[in-house]
Amino acid sequence: MTRPITLTVAALGGQGGGVVTDWLVLTARSADYLAQATSVPGVAQRTGATIYYLEFFPRSALRDGREPVMALMPSPGDVDIVVASELLEAGRAINRGLVTPERTTLIASTHRDYTIGEKSSLGDGRASETELLAGAASAAARLVTFDMAAVAERAGGRISAVIFGAIAGSGVLPWETRHFQAAIRESGVGVEASLLAFEAGRVAAAAAKAGTGVKPASTAGNTAFAVSARLADDLTARIAGEFPSPLHELLTRAVARLVDYQDARYAGLYLDRIADMLRREPRPNESTRLTEVVARSLALWMSFEDVMRVAQVKTRAGRFEQIRAEVRAAPTDLVRVNEFVKPQVEEICATLPAALGRRLLASPRASRFLSRFTSGRRVCTSSISGFLSLRVLASLRRLRRGTLRYVTENARIEQWLSQIRGLAGSDYALAVEVAECQNLVKGYGSTHERGWRSFGEICALAEGLVGSGRGAQQVRALREAALSDDSGAKLAAAIANLRLAGSA
Amino acid sequence: MAERSFAKEVESLRLGAGELFEGEGILAVTKALLQSGVGYVGGYQGAPVSHLMDVLADATDIMGELGVHFESSANEATAAAMLAASVNYPIRGAVTWKSTVGTNVASDALSNLASAGVVGGALIVLGEDYGEGASIMQERTHAFAMKSQIWLLDPRPNLPCLVQAVEQGFELSEASNTPVMLMMRIRACHVVGRFRTKDNRRPPFTLRQAMDHPTRTFDRIILPPSTYAQERAKIEQRWPAAEKFIRERGMNEFFADGKADIGIVLQGGLYNTVLRTLERLGLADVFGESQIPLYVLNATYPLLGEEFVRFATGKRAILIVEEGQPEFIEQAASLFLRKADLQTRIVGKGPLPMAGEYTGAVLFAGLRQFLGEYGFLPEQAKPLLPATQLIRNVPLRPSGLCTGCPERPLFASMKLLARELGPMQVSADIGCHSFATLPPFDIGGSIMGYGLGAASGASFNIPNERRALSLMGDGGFWHNGLTSGIGNAVFNQHDGVTIIVDNGYSAATGGQYIPSSSAEVKNRHARNRIETAVRGVGVEWVRTIRTYDMRQAMSVLKEALQTRFVGPKIIIAEGECQLNRQRRIAPLLKKLVGQGKRVVRERFGVDADVCTGDHSCVRLSGCPSLTIKTHPDPLRRDPVAYVDNSCVGCGVCGEVAHAAVLCPSFYRADIIQNPSGWDRFVHALRMGIIRLLGGRAAPAPERL
Repeated sequence: MTRPITLTVAALGGQGGGVVTDWLVLTARSADYLAQATSVPGVAQRTGATIYYLEFFPRSALRDGREPVMALMPSPGDVDIVVASELLEAGRAINRGLVTPERTTLIASTHRDYTIGEKSSLGDGRASETELLAGAASAAARLVTFDMAAVAERAGGRISAVIFGAIAGSGVLPWETRHFQAAIRESGVGVEASLLAFEAGRVAAAAAKAGTGVKPASTAGNTAFAVSARLADDLTARIAGEFPSPLHELLTRAVARLVDYQDARYAGLYLDRIADMLRREPRPNESTRLTEVVARSLALWMSFEDVMRVAQVKTRAGRFEQIRAEVRAAPTDLVRVNEFVKPQVEEICATLPAALGRRLLASPRASRFLSRFTSGRRVCTSSISGFLSLRVLASLRRLRRGTLRYVTENARIEQWLSQIRGLAGSDYALAVEVAECQNLVKGYGSTHERGWRSFGEICALAEGLVGSGRGAQQVRALREAALSDDSGAKLAAAIANLRLAGSA
Repeated sequence: MAERSFAKEVESLRLGAGELFEGEGILAVTKALLQSGVGYVGGYQGAPVSHLMDVLADATDIMGELGVHFESSANEATAAAMLAASVNYPIRGAVTWKSTVGTNVASDALSNLASAGVVGGALIVLGEDYGEGASIMQERTHAFAMKSQIWLLDPRPNLPCLVQAVEQGFELSEASNTPVMLMMRIRACHVVGRFRTKDNRRPPFTLRQAMDHPTRTFDRIILPPSTYAQERAKIEQRWPAAEKFIRERGMNEFFADGKADIGIVLQGGLYNTVLRTLERLGLADVFGESQIPLYVLNATYPLLGEEFVRFATGKRAILIVEEGQPEFIEQAASLFLRKADLQTRIVGKGPLPMAGEYTGAVLFAGLRQFLGEYGFLPEQAKPLLPATQLIRNVPLRPSGLCTGCPERPLFASMKLLARELGPMQVSADIGCHSFATLPPFDIGGSIMGYGLGAASGASFNIPNERRALSLMGDGGFWHNGLTSGIGNAVFNQHDGVTIIVDNGYSAATGGQYIPSSSAEVKNRHARNRIETAVRGVGVEWVRTIRTYDMRQAMSVLKEALQTRFVGPKIIIAEGECQLNRQRRIAPLLKKLVGQGKRVVRERFGVDADVCTGDHSCVRLSGCPSLTIKTHPDPLRRDPVAYVDNSCVGCGVCGEVAHAAVLCPSFYRADIIQNPSGWDRFVHALRMGIIRLLGGRAAPAPERL
């Protein structure tokens, strides 16, 4: 006996799941199917996860004018089609059991719309896309996936129309393209744009189904690597001559960054430090893991974000064009760019020659005087005066080596490197973990201070963990604790635990 | 203007006899009211019946043509009290709200209404906010029906049945002189279906007739001795009359009786899920032809003992499918069968859970157990898939404030201030601002009810260094907060601080107008200022702030917490609901751009090379448009903050960057569309000079 076709749309509030639902009802009607649709919008409309559910039944299968009893909600094992407007929502539908290998076609967009929890992480809190895609592949009978947000972007339409096109293109509903198109026309709002996006979605889904879909662009780290032509020859030669080839890409990036940040001499200092670390590798032919981690971390640390660096980035040639593209300015539009800066007394002092900076910081009167200049201000970099003032600041980087900030950071770097060097011989894994701790120090102002405090506490503790065999694991746990809230409470608790375990 | 306009859909309210209506359940109910000759309608918005209020507001003209009075009530108590018009006059009245929260608010009026009784049909359409998608505590409306003797309908969730329930509800109300509640679950409210319409009917007895020829009966007044007589009338006349009506009109339905020696008793609202479950178990076809006898309770209160006894007779067992707790129907059935000395086993809670929504999965498991036990599943049905967590980490996606929401900077200010002054005692309220209790803000320790934010901080009124704070929305303020919170604080000399979030609408329920909405509202008198009202009840310390100005917000908050002034301190935090604002201005701006007018659009962005990936900005904002992406620099592993294209340029990112001394990553781009000649001249000049200045600046190292 004919059963209703069951379809669930798992979407985010504001993505247009309701529009897709309305279109599907109209499509069914024009294809001579009965349709029932329902939803639980409620407060979930406000950016939360939301579910729509539809059932379709062919009028041709009706018996003596009696209508089928249609369900109002999706049940595990009873869903033919699950449409997820975002990858995590596909994962949620899978975990709810709505996608079953016996019957469910999963049509999902592979783009991510991060949740507040993922976004708020102090590090990288994103759910694993690999796991989500693998889960989708194992749960669904048939899988149609592509990046619907990107397709919508290219087509200049909304993702709802692309989703609708994907449903049509997947071929899981027994209706013709014209039925779907008729629904868009009938609904009557933004018809032309929707039809274009619909078509783009339909084609992409058909391609994805046929296995000819365009593979998502691989991440930058995997792309074929070309040595930048702008690197000074002697630096390039040093990298090639002194370091094993697996490190070449990383070092070239790092050196390019540091030349841009300061100068070739500075990049040379970096290579000296890395070369020294390479010499400490106990088995350099098997693994250069420590050197790798230090190379990446040191490059970031040596290019710490001081006032000059920020000014440099904000006055780069090409930045205005980049911003124009990012904010989607039309060719005829003009774009003004405003920066939000709020220098702190500490930052002002850090930019001064070390001795002067220290003296001013130590003097309450001087601090009070300087605090007059710390109100938040907006600098318009697309105005002459705004740009000029930032350019002047950026050019001060030639004097960077004398600033209080540089002297401080350089001493900290030396101390960190020396600790790693010391550990490399006695507890290699622990040395790697201490090197990774550089990731704790980031941000500006109080954020930076907090990171530095956590870093200091963990590095100090690391010394006491040498040789216990679990030192590396414990430092990693501490680092994760430090990154799991910004009040420092988790780290304090983790440290207390560690001390307790140590004394027991 | 409400979030959704039903201007197009309401045209279907004009359909005449025999025409086909296609649309949402809640719209069908509206049509049914008009077909029933309703005389007046009121209510208060709230999911899942917000749309009903929106439809009615959009249909004011149509109702005017029919002589039907409609108003958006101040709260549910007001709506319930409106039904007083049906106490003395044969006028049909209908009201609607979200239950059980709205029913709680309406209880005083409902009890009095039920005691007095009605001569005109009084129908209360309730959106039962239970189960998935619910935004309130989980309770049943059923208890209200039982305590006040109000009849409760729970019809099968398809449009013809819903429409019939409205029509029969009025008749039942009149036949038994008792108000009737029509309960609709969330999905039934939003279900899209069809039914054949009838002509609309003008109310046979009008409000004008009542006002011109007033009548009264002392019997209807809630004073002794009438109240005693009313209680007796409930038991001796109205209850039996209701039973008679339900029985004679066959409101409850029997299907497939006699086909098996077991049976299922179910609430009408669960019919579709039960039938689908039976079909999946091979015991029904898709058209609802069941092999198991069904007794469908479209009226769940009062229950008819004789029908229960008839259904149970000759059966080994009956399963009672009753959603929610406690198991009122099961208890009643036990009493009926015991008194009739029937040994039929009653099964209910056990195979089926006591708490929680009866989803397809829950019913599948429960019915399978029951039917299996009595031998109705020949071969063991295919086992349900184990609820595997195929994917280990699927983060929750809670609701949150919208992109550009004016409440975000207020809560960011509070969060920043707490860093300076230490944690604060905050009583939260109901509304969009309830989301402040969620990450990233985590502000507010209790929610006691709509408009009760200030009231729920009433205890924290002792002389103390640290003052307590409470929140209230403008919606809640007009709903009852003005008296329950502000008036109370004045009278009791409360020394705390109350922040009234004034976004101009009842935003969380869908952007309906309220008395202080600043728009010119058709058929309503809006623009009543909150500050005037607050001063009117005696508040002396009142400050109004613009939420987007975080510096001002923080300084006023601090002042309120530290001032020597003793007594309630009220801060009115203004900022128009961004959802409504965009709905208002986006089409306008588009039109202006189309006409070639100069329009400046603002939005924010992040310089990826300046952002270090700490995400402090996200933790202070949580704006949907402020998100993250993989860092373009492979040396960095943590994702970089990123502003996507949904940004509306509200300015909070800049304010937060300043107020929190976050980082200089943010920029604001002012995009000048249709620039004037002068704009272009200045821009060209600037860019020319900047190019000269920046000519020697090295471009970024190529992304390798």
